[in-house]
Amino acid sequence: MKVKYFAWVRERVGKAEEIIEPPASVRTVEELIAWLSGQGEAYAYAFEKPKVIRTAIDHAHVKADAAIAGAREIAFFPPMTGG
Amino acid sequence: MTCPVAIRIQEDDFDIAREIAVLTRSRTDIGAVVSFSGICRADDDSSKIAALTLEHYPGMAEEEIKRHVDEAMSRWPLNGVTVIHRVGRFMPGQNIVLVLTASQHRRAAFEAAEFLMDYLKTSAPFWKKEESAAGAGWVEAHARDDEAAARWTKS
Repeated sequence: MKVKYFAWVRERVGKAEEIIEPPASVRTVEELIAWLSGQGEAYAYAFEKPKVIRTAIDHAHVKADAAIAGAREIAFFPPMTGG
Repeated sequence: MTCPVAIRIQEDDFDIAREIAVLTRSRTDIGAVVSFSGICRADDDSSKIAALTLEHYPGMAEEEIKRHVDEAMSRWPLNGVTVIHRVGRFMPGQNIVLVLTASQHRRAAFEAAEFLMDYLKTSAPFWKKEESAAGAGWVEAHARDDEAAARWTKS
């Protein structure tokens, strides 16, 4: 699946997007964040406070317990500050 | 009731008078247009802001704004909505966002504009990075903005 990162999450991870292949045991957003945190120092830093991270699946906001099955694009970002 | 909706995310500046003219052109059913513009300011609490950079999530930003415009249209009798959000790097004094709401009467237009701005700030995927003498840093979300948006939730 394709993942995108924005704002300081993007800066900390060091890339704007990538294709990832998490194991089948990773089923929810929460589990995906935990799995990503284990993918190296940059990821551990980006996701050090998982509760702060906001997630969107296919352009719609979702909660941490949302299932990731069937997702085309998952995005991680900090709380929004537009307007 | 016709309610044309325009949602644009752009680097270019907007002309408020022109946008209002476009919204109300050849219409005689509109009695009120409310215009809100958000402008880059130099002072944020204690530090002086030299510039602001706006980043967004292309695709989702437009869709998320559309969802809230649809919600506004279901809650108030609107005759037109325009939302323009700029992205890129801005200096103090420059325009960042424009919300126009048109209705037969002022109350619906005022309320819908406020509703849209409250949701733009808390749920549309845009992020601000500030540059000041102390360096550059991402703006933190304010609890007061979440509280403002929560006011509109039906209990």
